[in-house]
Amino acid sequence: MNFAVLVFPGSNCDIDCYKAVEQTVGQPVDYVWHTATDLSKYDCILIPGGFSYGDYLRSGAIARFAPVMAEVAKAAAAGKYVMGICNGFQVLTEAGLLPGALRRNMSLKFRCHSTILRVENNKTAFTNQYEVGEMIDIPIAHGEGNYYCDEVTLEQLKKNDQIIFRYSDNPNGSMEDIAGICNEQGNVLGLMPHPERAVNQLLGSEDGKKMFTSILNAWREQHDAASIG
Amino acid sequence: MFKATVYVTVKENVLDPQGVAVQGALHSMGFSEVSKVRIGKYMAFEIDTTDRVEAEERVRQMCEKLLANTVVEDYRFELEG
Repeated sequence: MNFAVLVFPGSNCDIDCYKAVEQTVGQPVDYVWHTATDLSKYDCILIPGGFSYGDYLRSGAIARFAPVMAEVAKAAAAGKYVMGICNGFQVLTEAGLLPGALRRNMSLKFRCHSTILRVENNKTAFTNQYEVGEMIDIPIAHGEGNYYCDEVTLEQLKKNDQIIFRYSDNPNGSMEDIAGICNEQGNVLGLMPHPERAVNQLLGSEDGKKMFTSILNAWREQHDAASIG
Repeated sequence: MFKATVYVTVKENVLDPQGVAVQGALHSMGFSEVSKVRIGKYMAFEIDTTDRVEAEERVRQMCEKLLANTVVEDYRFELEG
């Protein structure tokens, strides 16, 4: 299984994502620059955190027009796995690959600390190794993670089980304590917390590990190979 | 040549935490008559065309595609020249 970690000018969690893939699932992984125009060899695309294009205008607003994003849209439409973390989540909402938007934190503060998330749906490619209701410790680091969508969209998210993670103690004022959502097809996930920063006890938590092993597991199931333990 | 001025603000039905903070500050300073504070963005640029209708349409497209996120923001603009 091939992983791509996108790199925009201003990405700063790209190395963490790369290392997390190496250390959790040990699959081939490449850094892919924002100017790339072919992602066809990749099965999973990770859009890392950071401040793409300095977050000028709005977080993710300029990155979403980078050449590589047309390829991400293609990959998403083809059913490949796309995970946007933090700034990556912001890029995915700006690109319209996920509904809603991320506003300034209610507190106006940049919040950087561990958060406890509740796994709401474990029937996705990103969460199949978790239990529903499992409480996991994943850190956040953002100033604009306050998820918003209109009421019609919110109803759809609930109806289709697209709310994947909720905060147990909401750090940013997001609607319904939303920390992460997926698209209707379930192959595109966006979340504000950083699973790649929680893959080893040395980092304070290894609860993010299962997000990566879930992806590999989903891919193997899709490709009819033995699943990993 | 037109001079375009674009204003982008958080939608009225969407909470604007900056607006709330500034309103709180104004109230605590004694400006208690203030309500509905919104913080926004001001953008100015020139457009190289002589056709006002075309200029309006182009600026509208810029706002829809990039300058505003219409999920949470409203925009309006003025053209001068």
